[in-house]
Order: sequence, then structure tokens, then C-alpha cells
Amino acid sequence: MNIKASVTGAFLAAVLSTTAFNGAFAADDTIKVGILHSLSGTMAISETTLKDAMLMLIDEQNKKGGLLGKKLEAVVVDPASDWPLFAEKARELVSVDKVSAVFGCWTSVSRKSVLPVFEELNSILFYPVQYEGEESQRNVFYTGAAPNQQAIPAVDYLMENESVERWVLAGTDYVYPRTTNKILEAYLISKGVKPEDIMINYTPFGHSDWQTIVSDIKKFGSAGKKTAVVSTINGDANVPFYKELANQGVKAEDIPVVAFSVGEEELAGLDTTPLVGHLAAWNYFQSVDTPANAEFIKTWKAYTKNDKRVTNDPMEAHYIGFNMWLKAVEKAGTTDTDAVLDAMIGVSVPNLSGGYSTMMPNHHITKPVLIGEIQGDGQFETVWETPGLVVGDEWSDYLPDSKDLISDWRAPMSCGNFNVATGKCGGKGS
Amino acid sequence: MYRILQTLFVALCLLVSAHVVGARAADDLGALVDKLGAAKLADMDEHISDLAKTGDAKVIPVLQALGEGELYQRKSDGKVFLVKAQGADLLLVDPVTGTEAGEAPKSAMQKVKVNNAVRRAVRSALGGLTLFSDDAGARLKAAQSMLQMPNADALEAIETALATEKDAAVRTVLDEARAVTLLVSERGDDEKRQAIALLAEGHGRTGLAVLTSALATADASLKPDIEAAIARIEQTQALWNAGQNVWYGLSLGSVLLLAAIGLAITFGVMGIINMAHGEMVMLGAYTTFLVQEVVRNSYPELFDWSLAIALPLAFLATGAVGLAIERGVIRFLYGRPLETLLATWGISLILQQSVRSIFGPTNREVGNPSWMSGAFDLGGLTITWNRLWIIVFALAVFAALLFLLKKTSMGLRMRAVTQNRRMASSMGIRTSWVDALTFALGSGIAGMAGVALSQIDNVSPNLGQGYIIDSFMVVVFGGVGNLWGTLVGAFSLGILNKFLEPYAGAVLGKILVLVLIILFIQKKPRGLFALKGRAVEA
Repeated sequence: MNIKASVTGAFLAAVLSTTAFNGAFAADDTIKVGILHSLSGTMAISETTLKDAMLMLIDEQNKKGGLLGKKLEAVVVDPASDWPLFAEKARELVSVDKVSAVFGCWTSVSRKSVLPVFEELNSILFYPVQYEGEESQRNVFYTGAAPNQQAIPAVDYLMENESVERWVLAGTDYVYPRTTNKILEAYLISKGVKPEDIMINYTPFGHSDWQTIVSDIKKFGSAGKKTAVVSTINGDANVPFYKELANQGVKAEDIPVVAFSVGEEELAGLDTTPLVGHLAAWNYFQSVDTPANAEFIKTWKAYTKNDKRVTNDPMEAHYIGFNMWLKAVEKAGTTDTDAVLDAMIGVSVPNLSGGYSTMMPNHHITKPVLIGEIQGDGQFETVWETPGLVVGDEWSDYLPDSKDLISDWRAPMSCGNFNVATGKCGGKGS
Repeated sequence: MYRILQTLFVALCLLVSAHVVGARAADDLGALVDKLGAAKLADMDEHISDLAKTGDAKVIPVLQALGEGELYQRKSDGKVFLVKAQGADLLLVDPVTGTEAGEAPKSAMQKVKVNNAVRRAVRSALGGLTLFSDDAGARLKAAQSMLQMPNADALEAIETALATEKDAAVRTVLDEARAVTLLVSERGDDEKRQAIALLAEGHGRTGLAVLTSALATADASLKPDIEAAIARIEQTQALWNAGQNVWYGLSLGSVLLLAAIGLAITFGVMGIINMAHGEMVMLGAYTTFLVQEVVRNSYPELFDWSLAIALPLAFLATGAVGLAIERGVIRFLYGRPLETLLATWGISLILQQSVRSIFGPTNREVGNPSWMSGAFDLGGLTITWNRLWIIVFALAVFAALLFLLKKTSMGLRMRAVTQNRRMASSMGIRTSWVDALTFALGSGIAGMAGVALSQIDNVSPNLGQGYIIDSFMVVVFGGVGNLWGTLVGAFSLGILNKFLEPYAGAVLGKILVLVLIILFIQKKPRGLFALKGRAVEA
């Protein structure tokens, strides 16, 4: 009987803990901000941190006096890594909770599932993660990197500094890696790489047995040309991948791996000493040495009351996006969607790597691109960065379908996929 | 012979002169080392080779520290030091004299930047410097680095080293390194031909890489030799590849076996569709994490034993959770498979979310003990230690379980209850307790599997989900209620998967395996080793 009671107790506790965040109560003198990140399910591993980061940013802003004389209030929902649930929760945030803007989503499929909701209800979404591009939507601001702000500079770095001639493009089997690899393949071929020097490999989500693939990579790398791996492997599969690399003795000096989805957070579950020298391309590293970043890390550690918590690139994207939204609302004097959408374009706020990021008319932002090497303590050390800021290019110039498309959400064009060849709005994509 | 003597003589002269000018060299060396601090990444190459050219043994620890990222520059005067972490501060060591030079806060020091190119330069410089070291391990490393990065200038040094080398292992590598280096040098065709023949004997990938790049630039007279050598290496490699696939298959099979063996008890023997089985594996992995945390903080010298300590604890912890689940939920649902499925699925979600709330959603670090890190070569096979131990462990667990079921009175009772519950009950066996203990045993074994899987997979709340489908697949394929079936099923699925993967890719390979199992179940609905007799119908 006792055991039964404790099981029910545990059940109740678990249920309570998942719903505790939903207790948003109405108050008229606040401006509400929606946070749409998975707190349970497979994506919780990455998205929970972003929820905490948003709560911290809102908290900090309230300490500074809020916005337009009102306090900000966070409304947190849990879409539970379930793509259709993302759309439902987004609708709930906008139409029931009446939030002024939503910060959320991680995977491209979750973003695609909420797009129609934001369009229909005319609200604003800030999307903080690096993605495959090929999209520009009136109601969405993309604060993560487009492929030209991450993938292409990384490949350039390997070509110039490591004189890589043979490429393994390894990724998880879904839309982001597939599109990114398509762009990279076209780019490499345009740079004179022969098709037989490119090996493309896809694995399922959560793949944990990397023995064959790592030994294939070793074999591919023994053809007498310098070889590198470009990894778009996502989420949980990375840890067993890097463990296998380390165990089979693939050293960064011989076959470097450059990853687009591995940040400080992913490395936290890993002993990185055998991985020193493998690379990642981002727009921000925790190790960036600027006063703004030092302040951000200090606030984050104090807010989470944990000295070991790390910061990462999508957190910086939220930091930029949130500050841009604050500035745009102040400029517009209202949180009304249409006014804020107009005010957003051209807004410029400091980023954490010592420069200013600006919102461009295509709803993407300008960022520096950093290449970092993994260090023994789980941090990255910047070994290269772009001399200036790079403008996010939503429609890749290297894909035949999208090379003629541009996006400009300023009047009078107000179009997310303007075809410069035909002079008409509309073409491929949304 | 004359040539070797000559080189030796030159080397000796260099050593002597190095000693004579020792005092002045220390200053020069200090200046050279300080240059590293101010250098740009692109110029590091030059400074490293300047350092290496001094031939001074003192350069070795400096270069090693540079490669490890332990070289820092003092911001105030630009002087470069070796550092060791000392609490929050850094302990400075003079790079030339090796004496301690006080402490400094981290903010006053700046790390000398290194990247892969610098590490490569360090490695090859160290290779040249340590080739004549007294330590055989250092010589082996040096030879390996020369093998990996053939540099024509090093040929004479390698030959000098070969003349005096006595250690067989080092000799083998040096021989190969000499052949590889010869190919990129300006030596005559005859010597090159011998080198090609030597490389063709080996099955190393380095040899293949060097031969392939040599093919492009070689003289026309050498080309046929190189092509023949490449063909020969590729042929031997194809054979080894098949062996490698079998090995990978066995290793994947052992992982499947570990994940499925607990399920073979709860599902196979008791007939409970336990969707929370994967979470038992996850709890076992988290137990390992907790044990390692305690060991790291309190008894760091026991770290290599942490897995052995975690094993019984994981067994007990997950066994207890299993017992609680059986007593609290499952015992009310016997004979109602659909309800059991839903209830255990609910339990799995609760367990996942509880772990997420307690330990956080991010991965936890579980380290590999030294005896489970790295790999060794067996002929042309690369065998990683962690996989080898997991195979051994899986088989040991299997043997222990078989012994328990077949040779102990507890096992006898379990079998009696599953075969004929009412008769067992009439004989005085407390069937409900046997049920509870059997379920706890299955869960405990899943927990032990978690300890092993923590070595190759992430320790996150989602760990179990990845294994639950595979486990059911193995048990159904092998034959419900038969442990041997689970063993054979796990290894055959593992090997099948690994033979399909190189041709079909990982995604399609998995789908193909699934399709094959469905077809197989159509033909043999009870799996590989079906139970026969009246017990089956009950």
C-alpha cells in the first residue's frame, strides 16, 4: 500500500512539474511575451536552456523598468517536441494569452508547423537557431545563421587554411542537413572539387552505432588527399559519434571534423580531451572575450545558480532578437504587430561578440562568423573569424531554384520571394 | 656503413657543440620561445621549426606544452611561460630553465593560440627531436608521426635511427616510415621500388595514401609497380573489411543483446509488454553517472573501478524501481496486455520527466575508464577497447542469467510459475512474489545494461527510447520465452545490419532489417526458437 501511495505521489509530482510553468495569470498592465520551447521529449535537451535564457532576459529587462512603462510577463508553454502540438500551443499563446511576440522553436519542422498560425493570427515569431534558409516570412524574424553565415565560411576556412581537397558531408536524415548539404555540394563543385571527392552520408535521428561510418571516413581519408568531415549531425547522435572518433583515433590534425550543430551545451556531456582541434562554426562562442559577453555569462550563471552552466549560440540569438524587439517596440510606441514589423527593419543592437547586429529587410540579421576549435575543457577557441559582419542570405545563390529570388519586407515590395529574373513576387517556396 | 658512421659523427659533433655554447643558447632559446607568444597563427610554423633546429632537448617540453595548449604569454611583458592550473590561478614555469616563476591570476595571462596546423607542425618537430630519445615509447610515437607526415628532409635521420634501433615494434614502424619517406624523396628508382614492395606487404592505410599520391607524380618506369602495390593492398583490405564488418556486427549485436536480455525476462518469460524497459536502462546509466560523480569528488584514485562499483548499485536501484512498478501497477493488470502497454508507457514518460526535472535535460558526462579507451590493431582490424569489453560483458550477463534460470531454485520457481501458474501455486509457491521478483530481475538486468551503454551513448533522459524498439525486435525475432533465441537473434540482427550498412546506408539498412523481420515473422510467427508444447497455448 505504501509503495502504491509513493508511486501516485511521484506521478503527481511529475505532472505538477510539467504544468507548473503554465500558470500564467492575466494582468492588464503587463506586456506578455510567449516562450515556445520544448521542455519535455527529445528536443528538451536543447530547448530548455533557451526557455531559461528568455526568462532571464525578461527578468533583467523588468529590473530595468520593463517596456513602455509596463512590466514584461513571460508565458511559457511546453510543446513537448511534438510538431503538431507546436502549432496548437502557438495558437494558444497568440489567441488565448494574447502575447505580443513569441520566442521559440528549434527544429525546422517545428518552425514550418507554426508558420501558418503566425500568418493567420498576424503575430511575431523570433526563431533563434541556425537553419537551412530557403524561407522568408513576413511574421518571422530569423536571428540564427543562414547557410552563408555558417556553412560556407566554414568550408572556405578548411579549403584555405587546411587545404582540404576531399569532403565527407555527414548529417542526420532530415530537412536541415539535406538542404545544407545540397548547398555545400553545389558550392564545392563550383570551387572545382570533383564529385568523386565528395562523400555524402545520412544517418537516422539518435543513431548510436558509428563504427562503420567512422571507419568509412578513415578509408575515404586515405586516398592521399587532405580530408575533412562537415557534420550536420544533430542532437543526441553527436556524443556517440565523437566517442567513436576518439576511440578509433581520428585526430583533428589528420581528419578535422567541422560541426554546425555542436556547441558548448552538446559538449557538456563529453570528455573533450581526445577531441581537441575538431572544429565548429558559429556566430558566438562562450569563450569570446568581450565585456558584454563576460557580463552576459555572469548574469546567466547567477540566474541559474549554477557555476557550470554554459552559454551557446542560440542563446545569443535570443539575446539579440529580444533586444531588437524591445527597441522596435520603443520606436513604434506600441506592441501592435504591424507597427512593430515595420519598426524592426533597420534596428541595430549590440551582439555579444563586440559588434552590432542589424535586422535586414529580409528578416535575417547581420552577424560575424567564427570558427572555433574544441578545447580540453569543453569550450571553443576562436581560430578564425570573418573580417566584418555577414548578411544572412535567405535564398541560396548556389541552388538553381533559389538563385534568382530575393526577399524584402519593406513597402512597396513587401515580398518574401521576389524573382529578379521575372520581376514578379512569388516563385519557389512560401 | 660508411654513410651511417658519417651521419653519426655529424650528430655527435652537433651534440658537443650544443653543450659548448649552452650558456648563450639558453638566452637565445628564451628569445625564440618568447617569439611564439607574439606570433600570428600563420607564422607559427616558422618559429616552431626555428626552435626544432636548435636540436636542444629543452625544446621538447616547450613544444609539448604548446601542442597541449599549456603555453601562456604574460600580458605585461610578453614573456612566455609553461603553466599549470593552481586553484583559480596559474602556476608559471620558466620554459627554458624549468624553474618555477611564481603564480599569476588568469586575467594577467593570455594563452598562446594554437590550431590544427600548429599542432601538426609541433608533432613533426617533436618527431625529429624525440627519434633518438631513451624512452622506447617516445621513439615509437616519433616514428608514427614520421610515418603519418612523410617529409623528405627527415630521411637521413630515420636511417640513422634505424641503424641503432633495437626495439622490434619501433623498428617495424621506422621501416615503414623510411619507405614512405623514401617515396617522397629524390632517391633513385631502385630504392623506391624496394620501398613500394615493402609498403605492398603491409595493409596500412597510410601506405595506401602515400602510394596513391605518389602515383600522380611518379616516373613512368615506377608507375606499374605502384599500381600493382595499390591493387595488392586493396585486395588484402577487402578481406579485412569483411572481418571488420563481422566484428562491428558482433559489437552491435552485443549492445542489442544487453538491451534486450532484461526484456527477454519481462516480456519473454512473463508476457508483460513493458514499455518502460528502456527507462530502466536509462536509470542504470544515471546510476553510473552518480557513482562517477562521487568517485570524482571524493576518491579520484578509484575512477578506473567506477564501473565495477556502479554495476551492483545499478542492479539494485533499477531492480527496486522494477519491484515498485510491478507491485504498484502491473500486478493489477495481468492478463490485460493493452492496459499493461498503456500503463507502462505512462510510467516511462513519468520516469523520463522525473529524471529530466532532477538531473536537467542536458547530457551528463560519464567518463571512460582508461581500460575502456582507445583501440588496438589486430591485423587489419581496428578493435576499440570499449566495444570489446561490452561484448565480454554481454556474454557474461547472458551466462549468469542462464545459470540463474536453469540451476537455482529461484529459477526453477520462475519457470514453474510461467509454465503453469495454478499448479505451481498448488505446490506452495507464492506466485505473486515470484512475479514481482522476476520483474525486478528483468529490470535490474536492464539497469546493468545501462552501465555498459553509458560508455558508448549519451546519458540523457532520452537514452532508453532509442533501445526499446530494437529490444522488442530482438526478442520477437529470437522467439518469445527463449534466452538462446535472444542471443542468436541479437547477434544475427547486428551482423545483418552491419553488412547492409556499407551498401544501403544507415537509414535504408535499418528499414531493410525491419522489412526482413516482418517477412520472417510471417513465415515463422513464433520467431527463431519457438517454444513447443502445451505451455505455449496457455
